[in-house]
Amino acid sequence: MSNEGDIREHPEESAIETVTTCVRVNGKVHTLAIDPRTSLLDLVREHLGLTGSKKGCDHGQCGACTVHLDGRRVVSCMTPAVQADGCEVLTIEGLCPADGELHPMQQAFIDHDALQCGYCTPGQIMAAVACVREGHASSVEQIREYMSGNICRCGAYVGIVDAIQDAASKMKEA
Amino acid sequence: MHSFTYTRAQTAEEAVRAVAAGGPGTRFLAGGTTLYDLMKLEVETPTRLVDVTGLEDLSRIDTAGSAELAFGAMARMSDVAADPRLVRDYPALSESLWRAASEQLRNMARVGANLLQRTRCAYFRGGEPFPCNKRKPGIGCAALEGINRGHALLGGSDACIAVYPGDWAVALVAFDAQVDVLGTKGPRTIPLEQLHREPGTTPHLETVLTPDELILRIRVPVTPLGRASTYHKIRDRESYAFALASAAVALQMEGEKVCEARVAIGGLATRPWRAREAERVLVGRPLTPQAARAAGDAALQGAKATRENRFRIELGARTVADALMIAKQRAEP
Repeated sequence: MSNEGDIREHPEESAIETVTTCVRVNGKVHTLAIDPRTSLLDLVREHLGLTGSKKGCDHGQCGACTVHLDGRRVVSCMTPAVQADGCEVLTIEGLCPADGELHPMQQAFIDHDALQCGYCTPGQIMAAVACVREGHASSVEQIREYMSGNICRCGAYVGIVDAIQDAASKMKEA
Repeated sequence: MHSFTYTRAQTAEEAVRAVAAGGPGTRFLAGGTTLYDLMKLEVETPTRLVDVTGLEDLSRIDTAGSAELAFGAMARMSDVAADPRLVRDYPALSESLWRAASEQLRNMARVGANLLQRTRCAYFRGGEPFPCNKRKPGIGCAALEGINRGHALLGGSDACIAVYPGDWAVALVAFDAQVDVLGTKGPRTIPLEQLHREPGTTPHLETVLTPDELILRIRVPVTPLGRASTYHKIRDRESYAFALASAAVALQMEGEKVCEARVAIGGLATRPWRAREAERVLVGRPLTPQAARAAGDAALQGAKATRENRFRIELGARTVADALMIAKQRAEP
C-alpha cells in the first residue's frame, strides 16, 4: 500500500477546492487550507510533521493511528480532517511535556515490555489512556475487549494488558 | 480517491435540499466509517459531500419515555451503547453496539448512518478484476463461485449473496423499530424491517430510501421483552470482527412457558432478518434446550448454501439456540 494512496492523482480533475480548517493539536492552533480528501492522520503527519501517529492499514482496521478528538479516541486515518474543524486533537506527542516525565501509560509500556517493533505503540498508548479514562479497564477481560481495535503483529498483547492494568492504578492515584 | 467538494449543513432541511440540488454523486456524510473507507478504495466516488454530523438536534438520545426510546440519527454508537436504561432494560440493543467494531470506530460512527453500513464482501470492496453487480450493475458476481465462506445463506439471489454486515439493525428489527426520515417530498416513517431490500436483480439498490432522504431518528416501542434479551455474536475471533452468525433474541416468560418471543439473525442474510417462524416455534411452550434448537432450525429455514458456507447453517441454528438460553436466564427473577 502506497503512503500516498489516500490522494491518488486523477489528472482529469480540475483544481481542488480547499477547505479552511482550524484545529488545535496538542494545545497549538493551526489554520490550514486543505484538500477535503485529507485524513486527520495525513494532516498531523504530513502537514504538521507529527509522525508519532502511524499509518498501518489506512482503513480503520489496525488502530496504529489512534488519536484523541475532543477527548474521545478515534482512528485518525478514517477521520476526514475537515471534520476536525474547531476540535481539539491530542496525539502521542502531546501526551506529556517534551522535557517532562513520561505519562504513566508510556512508562508502564516500558516497564512491562509491552512492545517489540514499536510501530503500533503510539496507537496502543493513546487507545489505552482512553480505555482507562472511559472506565473500561476494570478487568483483564474488559481491557482485552476495549483494546481489540489495536492490532499488534509482534504479539505483545500480554505485556500490553499488564501495562494497562498497572497504569490504570497509577492514573487513579494521580 | 476522487476529489469532491465538501459542505456542512446546519439543519436537516438544508442538508436534504443540498443533496437534492447537488444531483447524482452528492451524498450525506456522517461518521465516514463506511463512506470515507469506500472512497479510499474508489468503490464510492461521490462528487459532493454534505456533512450532517453538526446537526446537534439529531444527536439526542431519549430513553426516559414511557412509550418509546428515541435515538437521534447522529448519536454516537459508543454513547448509545453506554446508555444506562439500554444496558439495564434492553441488553440486546446495547450489546449489538458494543460488540460491533472497536471503541475508536464506535466513537465516530453514528447510529442512524450505521443502519446503512455497506457489505464487507471482498469482491465488492476489492474492485477490478472481480465482477460485482452491487458495485457495477450487470457485470456479474464473483462470490457465487468464489471465496464465499462469509456470504449470505438467506435472502440472496443469482446476482448477489453479499451479507448485510451490521449488528445494531438486527437487534432493532427484533424490537420493531421504526425510522423517521426527511426528504424533499417531506417526512415519512418506515418500519426498520422494510428499510433494506433484498438484492434480487438490483443488488446496487440496498434500501427503500431515495438519495435525498436523510434518517433523522430511530424509535423503539417500549416493551417488557427488553430485559430478557441478548445479542449473541459468533466470530472468527472473540472481539472486533464481523459476525459469522449472530442472533438478537428477546423473551417474555410466564413461569416456564414462553408467552412472547422475538428472534432476528445477523451475519447470515442479505439484510437484517427477522425470524418469525422461530418465534412461532417458541410461543406457548416451555423453553427447553430442544425447543431452543428447534427455533434455531426454524430461523435458518430456507437457507441456501454455496461452496464454502454450508457450516454456517448449523452454526446459525446453534447461535439462535444459545442466545435463547442466555435470554431465558435473564428472565429469571
